[in-house]
Amino acid sequence: MTTLPQQTEKKLGLVIDLDTCVGCHACVISCKGWNTENYGAPLSDQNAYGADNNGTFLNRVHSYEVQPEAGAAQLIHFPKSCLHCEDAPCVTVCPTGASYKRVEDGIVLVNETDCIGCGLCAWACPYGARELDQAEGVMKKCTLCVDRIYNENLPEEDRQPACVRTCPAGARHFGDLGDPDSDVSQLVAERGGMDLMPEQGTKPVNKYLPPRPKDTLPDAGVEFDVLAPFLEPVADEPKGFLSWLDKTLEKL
Amino acid sequence: MHPAPSVIFFTTFSGLGFGLLAWLGIGTPEVTGWTAFAFFAIAYLMAVGGLLASTFHLGRPERAIKAFTQWRSSWLSREAWCAVGALTLMGLYGAGLVFFETRFGLLGILGALLSLATVFTTSMIYTQLKTIPRWNMAITPFKFLSLSIAGGALLAGQVQAAIILLLIAGGIQAATWVMGDKALTGSGTTLGTATGLGQNGSVRAFEPPHTGTNYLLKEFVHVIGRKHAAKLRMISIILMVVLPIVLLLLPFSHFLAVLALASHVAGVLTARWLFFAQAEHVVGLYYGKR
Ligand code: SF4
Ligand code: SF4
Ligand code: SF4
Repeated sequence: MTTLPQQTEKKLGLVIDLDTCVGCHACVISCKGWNTENYGAPLSDQNAYGADNNGTFLNRVHSYEVQPEAGAAQLIHFPKSCLHCEDAPCVTVCPTGASYKRVEDGIVLVNETDCIGCGLCAWACPYGARELDQAEGVMKKCTLCVDRIYNENLPEEDRQPACVRTCPAGARHFGDLGDPDSDVSQLVAERGGMDLMPEQGTKPVNKYLPPRPKDTLPDAGVEFDVLAPFLEPVADEPKGFLSWLDKTLEKL
Repeated sequence: MHPAPSVIFFTTFSGLGFGLLAWLGIGTPEVTGWTAFAFFAIAYLMAVGGLLASTFHLGRPERAIKAFTQWRSSWLSREAWCAVGALTLMGLYGAGLVFFETRFGLLGILGALLSLATVFTTSMIYTQLKTIPRWNMAITPFKFLSLSIAGGALLAGQVQAAIILLLIAGGIQAATWVMGDKALTGSGTTLGTATGLGQNGSVRAFEPPHTGTNYLLKEFVHVIGRKHAAKLRMISIILMVVLPIVLLLLPFSHFLAVLALASHVAGVLTARWLFFAQAEHVVGLYYGKR
């Protein structure tokens, strides 16, 4: 059914920390790897080794330069996958019922055996979170790794999305954003988590933590060297063998 | 947006076809027998041909029947229902005219309403998309409807009506251009709101997530040909409205009428190409494009 549920029991989603993301694209690769082997059709590539290569990805990392009014510019790496919106326009436009939002946890999924590949849901998504697989002809999107988070065949610590599990910087967090006491909700409250394109009215579940302001250097003129204290000579006067060697070489 | 030929043909010809069906439904022109057959054949060729063209852009056309299931929420599903309803009713109505020389008036009126409803649902598929501010305007359905009715009048040989309706459709078309040019700015969506980084300073796309292209860029970020937009707008309005009206005002001949129709169709096709090619999807902002 492509009418949206009035309410979902949980609001599972991701919190992405723009302060810590180092732009390594590890989440892109682990996402592609897991989702090629699991839920639904594989994520195909076209002409993967040719000049004009492209393929389906559910998660991509942009990089932006932010120039404040005063001071140095900041480079922000910006991972983007489906935000599992509460008011998901990609669900209501679907003519077949293939695109749906789950009542139990709020995950937005595509039932690939119903999808006719009309592409309308991708047109309706403001975030570019859906890509039509060119080999399979059906719509692909982030599944919030629904086949990991509830998977009892995996060790406990692996029951989180592949991208979260793999991130070496700990920039991606997974949890229930509908529960104000959850770790992710706390993090969002503490760091001022924000919505992307709030004016589109999609009410995204995923939140983004803004980058913290950059450290500032001490006053100009004062020499500033963080390593200097560590490079102080440890002993001023050589002792023992080194002292003898020093003196002997001096005499030569 | 990528101006896919299948969708341009679909919206243009199904609009014309259903426009003609609407005129036939209200009994203008009053035709029976073989003349009626010819009119209905043209209308069905255009409407059905357009619908078939639209299935070419599906990834899985063999499952198209499933598109009938979600009429509660989806305009695309509603369009499917309206189209089948209109074609069925008008088929019965047409059979009455052609084979029994009888006009089932109520059937025709219902068929005409459903034909226009089909055009309306098509327009709502585009109008509903907040992601494409240029389409997300209350005037968009009026544009599709006015063009369909005007084109239908042209096909139905209603010279007087066609002249007036073409003028109205042309006016609405021009208004959508003027309003549409301000739509993206008016929507308030910028790279700043898209990334949430706007509050920290001015945001510039530094490095895209991939070196090659992808589905998103191919489908949504079509910028080629936009620089000729102003010229193409002139050409389309001349072909769509001005030339047909001039030809209709000349002493009537079938040759000129066909010429007027051909010119109108070419104009609508050009305008439809612009409708897609000029439409900016907000996802382009993430790539520093619009
Ligand atoms: S991010 Fe896009 S695909 Fe995901 S739920 Fe929101 S609108 Fe739908
Ligand atoms: S592409 Fe598939 S999931 Fe998306 S709207 Fe069309 S049928 Fe529904
Ligand atoms: S949650 Fe899973 S599917 Fe979604 S971006 Fe992360 S790895 Fe990909």
